[in-house]
Amino acid sequence: MNPYIPVIIVLIFGVLLGSILSGLAAFLGPKKYLKEKMDPYECGVPKVTSGSEKMSVKFYLTAILFILFDIETVFLYLWARTFDQLGWLGVVEVAMFVLVLVVGYIYVLKRGALEWD
Amino acid sequence: MNLGVDLTFLEFLASLPALVEWNDFTVGLVAFAVKFAILVGGLLQLPPLLVWIERRVPALMQRRRGPNRVGFFKWRLYGLMQSLADTIKLIFKEEVVPDGAHKVFYHLAPVFCVFPAFLVACAIPYGPDLLVFGHKIPLSVVRLDVGFLFILAISSLAVYGVSLAGWASNNKYSLMGSLRASAQMISYEIPLGMSLIPIVLIYGTLDLGKIVEAQTSLIHWGVFAAPFSFMIFLICMFAETNRAPFDLAEAEGELVAGFHTEYNSAKFAAFFLGEYVSMFVLSCLAATVFFGGWQVPFVPYETIVALAGSPNIAALAGIMMLLLKASFFMWVYIWVRWTLPRFRYDQLMSLGWKFMLPIGLANVVGTAVVLAVLRFK
Repeated sequence: MNPYIPVIIVLIFGVLLGSILSGLAAFLGPKKYLKEKMDPYECGVPKVTSGSEKMSVKFYLTAILFILFDIETVFLYLWARTFDQLGWLGVVEVAMFVLVLVVGYIYVLKRGALEWD
Repeated sequence: MNLGVDLTFLEFLASLPALVEWNDFTVGLVAFAVKFAILVGGLLQLPPLLVWIERRVPALMQRRRGPNRVGFFKWRLYGLMQSLADTIKLIFKEEVVPDGAHKVFYHLAPVFCVFPAFLVACAIPYGPDLLVFGHKIPLSVVRLDVGFLFILAISSLAVYGVSLAGWASNNKYSLMGSLRASAQMISYEIPLGMSLIPIVLIYGTLDLGKIVEAQTSLIHWGVFAAPFSFMIFLICMFAETNRAPFDLAEAEGELVAGFHTEYNSAKFAAFFLGEYVSMFVLSCLAATVFFGGWQVPFVPYETIVALAGSPNIAALAGIMMLLLKASFFMWVYIWVRWTLPRFRYDQLMSLGWKFMLPIGLANVVGTAVVLAVLRFK
């Protein structure tokens, strides 16, 4: 049996389970509509500003850097699996790869992309 | 009722297995269904129990009483039934969806928090192979050659739940909380991924089952083979589940409850379910990768099989061992939560990017060089 068939079955069941569990109260609970009740929670004060405020650009920057470094991690996994077959050649190649990465990392660090204030 | 057939219900049940031709496929299918049902059933019992422990333990630490009233009739059982009562209350509460919420994503977010945790729990090897009527049955619901990659890939899906929940709620505290939480989760995912690379280097496989089988004795355990990896993994474990001391996402003093401020009733419970199941999964992963998984310390698997006379009893011992190891890590989760104060956000981010990332990279390269010197002449 292809080992990914159970994965798909588990995925479908997991999504179903999550939907049923989180949807239970919609069927079982009472329903009373009140305009004030449906306001966003702001500790009892009427809503002042909207919920979609501008956010700090740092969060975008973190996301971009994450993609760069995460892809690099995935590359390292491929090499780690074939470490024995590649031998010293692989080690040297990865050392060079990491060196390039470290140069980029130092650049990011010096430009202050990782500073939070 | 007489159907004209001389067959009681039990005899009918007993005759069922004879109707099916038992080959590897059908055995695998039935075993899969049974294992999955047991796992899901077990995981659903877990959060109420953990919530109860997490209320009793700090009560003990702070010399309070904690929940101690709800029980069966006259037996109070130290308040064990409190979580059950809370769950029932949460399910029967009114579901308040804020008017400004983006309805589709609002309802989708808790689902995204729940299913990755369950999916990852399926890939963990809970014990050595069972032997049922001559068929080998692996004790993980899905046994994949790339279990490692599967776990890392699926567990990172939980970020979507967090970021969608905050964005769809149309509440600025939710949005802030979810931004913080998702930035934190993706930042710590990199060191988490890197901390596991030395393990792949050392054991040479991405199959979690084989990694456990390789850790036959104490000196082969991952924690001794790659101690730095374990330290990085342990720190990332807390950050990935948004638990104290990294629970910036729900810093009550400033953000109400973070990304699930606008969630109540069963959806609120679903977020907790997801959080506790992923805590359990990460604890199991830590035990599997670094502490020998189902291997019993000092007693090799073959000895247990020889002593017990059957691999099934050894499998049972293995499951017990893994659960024991995993519960130790869950205890660490609770222990740390009530011991350490919360980090500041800039401290959290600089710890992740300026310390964990370089240490993780150095750990990978260092382990590779040492292994290359040892293995290749």
